[in-house]
Amino acid sequence: MSDHDHDHDHPHAPLTNGDEPAAAERARALEELLVEKGVIAREDVRERIDWLVSRSPADGARLVARAWVDREFNERLLADARVAALELGLDPGPSPVLVAVENTQAVHHMVVCTLCSCYPKGLLGPPPDWYKSLPYRSRAVSDPRGVLGEFGVELEDDVELRVLDSTADIRYLVIPRRPAGSETMSEEELAALVTRDSMIGVAQPAAPAPVAS
Amino acid sequence: MSYRPGQRVRVAARPHEGHHRTPAYLKGKVGSVERMHASFTNPETRAYGTDGLPEQPLYLVGFAQRDVWPDYRGHGDDRIFVDVFEHWLERVE
Repeated sequence: MSDHDHDHDHPHAPLTNGDEPAAAERARALEELLVEKGVIAREDVRERIDWLVSRSPADGARLVARAWVDREFNERLLADARVAALELGLDPGPSPVLVAVENTQAVHHMVVCTLCSCYPKGLLGPPPDWYKSLPYRSRAVSDPRGVLGEFGVELEDDVELRVLDSTADIRYLVIPRRPAGSETMSEEELAALVTRDSMIGVAQPAAPAPVAS
Repeated sequence: MSYRPGQRVRVAARPHEGHHRTPAYLKGKVGSVERMHASFTNPETRAYGTDGLPEQPLYLVGFAQRDVWPDYRGHGDDRIFVDVFEHWLERVE
């Protein structure tokens, strides 16, 4: 490519689409350059996007529901979440280390990535926009109880709040507390209570529907 | 130098030009090692097209929120845990 005197006068797809945000335009320009320099292939980008949008929090919910009904599985999940996910036939994602942390009566965990938007995408799918927003990323570390309050979570006075800032190669998944009233529910029914936000640690799982009488 | 769980460590306050993964709000703060995860290629050199070798040990370090934010509004027991590469940690005597 060194002899390619590139002044961008050859035809190619337009770099922008209508009113797309500046960041999208920048990403498109970067992709264009990386492909042109042979660092990545267009197919790589499409494959990664296809993988990402095929992932969903339903997989994380399956892990949590199994941990709720199987104490020994819960121990294995806490010891090595990647191995535990593979045990259920789930794709833990490309990160080499996946860590599960357990919310209890005494401790509540919540996850943030202050430097970008690191997130256990293999088990939760694409992160929500608020997770990537500057207000969440800054306030989740400096005023986490305030942030939780805005999500509708009021912790008991004796609960220790632990914020996990995933700044590097590790991905964190929160195992929320099993809700009261769910004792007789099946694993599948339990999985339906486990929301995405509860596995980020900014919400409690959904409450079980009252038993019809 | 490697660190053991429970050991007190300080995050280096040195300035750094270019890409790195140690958040500014932790610089100079003292916490304790929770666990050593594994070793990973160094994002500071990998970001500039190198292989990122040698690998750097990555630790999960816990800090009292009140040590990190002097005007922290939450509870005294609240903590924040952050992944920090070994070359950003210093021994606390």
